[in-house]
Amino acid sequence: MWARAARLVLRAWAGGRRGFTSKAEPQESGRVTAEVIEHLERLALVDFGSQEAVARLETAIAFADRLREVDTDGVEPMESVLEDRCLYLRSDNVVEGNCAEELLQNSRRVVEDYFVAPPGNIPLPKLDEQESFSQS
Amino acid sequence: MAAPMLRGCCPGRRWALACIDHSSRHGRGAPTGSRCSGKRGQSSVAPQHLATAGKLRKGEHEWAAVVGLEVHAQISSNSKLFSGSQVHFVAPPNSLVSFFDASLPGTLPVLNRRCVEAAVMTGLALNCRINKKSLFDRKHYFYADLPAGYQITQQRLPIAVNGSLAYSICVGAKRSQVINKTVRIKQIQLEQDSGKSLHDDLRSQTLIDLNRAEGQLRVDANISVHRPGEPLGVRTEVKNLNSARFLARAIDYEIQRQIRELENGGEILNETRSFDFKLGCTVPMRDKEGKQDYRFIPEPNLPPLLLYDSESLPAGADPQQVVNIDQIREQLPELPSVTREKLVQQYGMLPEQSLTLLNEVGLLEFFQNVIKETRAEPKKVTSWVLNTFLGFLKQQNLAVSESPVTPSALAELLDLLDRKAISSAAAKQVFRELWASEGKTPAQIISEKKLELMQDQEALEQLCQATLEEHPQVVMDVKKGNPRAINKLIGLVRKATLSRAEPAVIKEMLEKKLSS
Repeated sequence: MWARAARLVLRAWAGGRRGFTSKAEPQESGRVTAEVIEHLERLALVDFGSQEAVARLETAIAFADRLREVDTDGVEPMESVLEDRCLYLRSDNVVEGNCAEELLQNSRRVVEDYFVAPPGNIPLPKLDEQESFSQS
Repeated sequence: MAAPMLRGCCPGRRWALACIDHSSRHGRGAPTGSRCSGKRGQSSVAPQHLATAGKLRKGEHEWAAVVGLEVHAQISSNSKLFSGSQVHFVAPPNSLVSFFDASLPGTLPVLNRRCVEAAVMTGLALNCRINKKSLFDRKHYFYADLPAGYQITQQRLPIAVNGSLAYSICVGAKRSQVINKTVRIKQIQLEQDSGKSLHDDLRSQTLIDLNRAEGQLRVDANISVHRPGEPLGVRTEVKNLNSARFLARAIDYEIQRQIRELENGGEILNETRSFDFKLGCTVPMRDKEGKQDYRFIPEPNLPPLLLYDSESLPAGADPQQVVNIDQIREQLPELPSVTREKLVQQYGMLPEQSLTLLNEVGLLEFFQNVIKETRAEPKKVTSWVLNTFLGFLKQQNLAVSESPVTPSALAELLDLLDRKAISSAAAKQVFRELWASEGKTPAQIISEKKLELMQDQEALEQLCQATLEEHPQVVMDVKKGNPRAINKLIGLVRKATLSRAEPAVIKEMLEKKLSS
């Protein structure tokens, strides 16, 4: 049972990495460049904040990279653990909605039943505009 | 969230497989506002070279442009793609939003059966291959109107691929030449819509309405240029195209802009641009990043979508839970190309006439109703409907449904004309009266205005004689052999009869008199 579970997990990992073209392929040396960090920060809105965090990321990647040692030639990648389930089809009836008041309570600011958000996407400052730890 | 959308893609010429490479090589700018699905088709390189399909010359070099269209069409359904909240065009903000649409944690997408059927129908109508297994993915980006931070779409394996759409356009000086073209459809996919953002620049804020259901049909254009024989160029995406006319102008402008830029040694950025219809040019969109990495992942909450046909349908399956492609194919209404072909065969009309009949809402039905009630020749009916009737509609900017003339009235008029009870000129006059005065029948108008054809041959002969005597000069012209002079006489007699005689009859009578 454990072996099967492990196999499933390995398949999921390997499949996940094959499914889409990945932009941030780490270098063979295991270092993640400042460019990639900036890109990740922009995409995921995380802040790596320190060299230590980047080092931790590199370790995590190295750990996951060991999956490449598994020979998955000819193995169909698993895309979802639900792949054997039936996708439930709902009838086209209106059964929800009409709860604006309740939903709007979640918003700090509301104007005439609209959620209020800041104006558009504010771009993060570029790498050379901010003092980046990875440059030091 | 999740107002259901169909999205398909149409690459430009010779894109087929290249289109896939294109999209993975170059990222796309972040989309904004609500979303639809698109269809990508490729225009085949037709033997005739038209401006749209041909190569462009600027400077000494030849350029080829490649255009792909992303068409977003909202599915006509009661509830949304992934939730049971209502799809309705106009509603108070956030009133048609369920917990899932608001992306509250713990909510899950549940696929709407009707949307699947609609997607299959669209795929079949566009000659696509329906994928019996298709997958859902998440497309991640940050925007205020996308509370989940991702949109559920079908990027890897959409529901339908490799279709085509045949269409005709009228070209030439009088738009009388019909050219048939084909566009390839790369794929059709089901996709969630994002919310609606209202930008309040004054107060530096954005108001978000998660109802969606806005913009029932939208198009984005992807444009690139390259030298023939060389790889495809960097493409830009142009949005904010609100009409077919703007779409054409934006594409033309962008092609020229890219050529100019490249010929001046510049480079094209893979960016999203907006069409400024006032200036007639494309401009980079604000707050759009150059390249977007959408970090696609499989949608973990939705298993693969499996479709069946009559052969593969599992025995004893719950009919509510299976979608049978063959059944949907049977339920497809007659497609326009088939209808047009039937019209041409059945009524002997020209292809461009069938095009016009089908392009105007309600006109085909009007035409068919007239045909049913009249004994006049179909070609006559065609001519009256497409020229006279449609002409009046267009002049007063009315829809067929707003026409003051009913099919019955026109049928009656055409019967009277067919029986030769009135002349064709009189018929036109009656039509004008019908248009102006609702409720009156053609027969009433004819008797009121005394427009019946003269039955009295003798009286007509007398009028002809009188006209000949009153215009000796014209008679001389005719006798000298001037072919146009007789028309003047015919016109004069017709006026004298108050349009109550057919020109052909008058002509015959005059010629008889002149030769005697």
